[in-house]
Amino acid sequence: MSVEEKISKIIIDQLGVSAEEVKPEASFVEDLGADSLDLTELIMAMEEEFGIEIDDDDAQKILKVQDAIAYIKNKQ
Amino acid sequence: MTGKRVVVTGLAAITPLGNDLATSWENLVAGKSGIGPITHFDASEYTSRIAGEVKGFDPEKYMPAKQAKRMDRFVQFAVATGKMLVEHSGLVIDDANAHRVGVLLGVGLGGLETIEVFHSKLVESGPNRVSPFMIPMLISNMAPGQVSIFTGAKGPNLVTTSACASGQHAIGYAYTDIFMGRCDAVITGGVEATITPMGVSGFTALKALSTANNDDPAKASRPFDNDRDGFVIGEGSGFLMLESLESAQARGATIYAEVVGYGASGDAYHMTAPHEDGLGMAQAMRAAIDEAGIRPEDVDHINAHATSTHLNDLCETKAIKKVFGDHARNIRITANKSMTGHLLGAAGGMEGVFSVMALHTGIIPGTINRDTPDPECDLNYMTGGSEKYQPEYVLCNSFGFGGTNCCMLYKRWKG
Repeated sequence: MSVEEKISKIIIDQLGVSAEEVKPEASFVEDLGADSLDLTELIMAMEEEFGIEIDDDDAQKILKVQDAIAYIKNKQ
Repeated sequence: MTGKRVVVTGLAAITPLGNDLATSWENLVAGKSGIGPITHFDASEYTSRIAGEVKGFDPEKYMPAKQAKRMDRFVQFAVATGKMLVEHSGLVIDDANAHRVGVLLGVGLGGLETIEVFHSKLVESGPNRVSPFMIPMLISNMAPGQVSIFTGAKGPNLVTTSACASGQHAIGYAYTDIFMGRCDAVITGGVEATITPMGVSGFTALKALSTANNDDPAKASRPFDNDRDGFVIGEGSGFLMLESLESAQARGATIYAEVVGYGASGDAYHMTAPHEDGLGMAQAMRAAIDEAGIRPEDVDHINAHATSTHLNDLCETKAIKKVFGDHARNIRITANKSMTGHLLGAAGGMEGVFSVMALHTGIIPGTINRDTPDPECDLNYMTGGSEKYQPEYVLCNSFGFGGTNCCMLYKRWKG
């Protein structure tokens, strides 16, 4: 699976949204209905999937799907 | 002291006998057992491998998948039962009355499964891998919390925790809140879901669970029988809509029974064993009868706690004799747990629902599996099956570890 596919799967799983909703420009809070607890868990799920640590300052900047993809690709 | 009259205007349940009240009641009256092998986890290493599981429960019938995922099973049961209850009661909760509608539920243990899952995660992956949802999923008062979110009820919102009497105490306090005029209606009862490795191993260690009938699960829960060897762990819920008579009549609600007495006591005796003469149990029963201002002779049906443990059934029988004297033999006593197993914190809720159903339908469910009567348990336990009989007053008993005792008294409603 590509990074995009893996992230998309995590988002679908954690936020209970459909694959069509997970567009690169979609905002986790505004478009995908995440609250602060969801965001924390989303970051944790990505850390686990990709075996990385995302510090809190970086996590605050991950607002959209494309932010997450770019961040993970950059880290790898 | 006089206060508001309190009536029951709605009922709902999810039990090992069915995922709604109608199915559960039908199977209870038919004398069917809801007990089977444990399927929630691999129990092959356990000495007790049977349970009264709720079967085929689909939380997504009642809530979006995302929300369901953020709830322990007991909270999913609570939301589903709460929604069924509000519908059954016909109560419309809106801006005008929401602050007058409370949610007061009994939960004995809370989210054991959540604790187990995240404790494993903590041990395996370290402290930074524990979900932010762990605490909100496991705390027992998330049951009324989520019920309020899904129903809009904005009155008092809390749980009572008193082991196997938790649900019964919740009903007692819900009744009191309405009696005192603090609420017009309260969603109340009990809920529990602890058929988990920790739940089963913990009760097994206490020698509380039945281990003799793993190969014949339907026979395992046998209250008042000479061969009883412990209770069978169960799960589920039983909720009642309690409402002031004024509120119920003003909206033309169907009234299923009146709540007329609540009695509670503490044994001050032992951590897990009831007082050997049933003194605390008797005190609680008497208190409920006194509060109702009736005579013991007026009670004609008891929905017994009847766990199928040696001590409970014996002490409860002694206590009933103490309170009712010669009249004890006239009372139709039923043991719902013979078919459902022991729903722990939900027991008083479910049995309260079935007590009210007996008043409403004029049918008293029987007790199964009392094949060899215990000579010391010699009252009328309805072993001949369900009976068409119209009770006037039903006493519903719950007793729990810590020596806690709680009884509710319901009266037939003659509209």
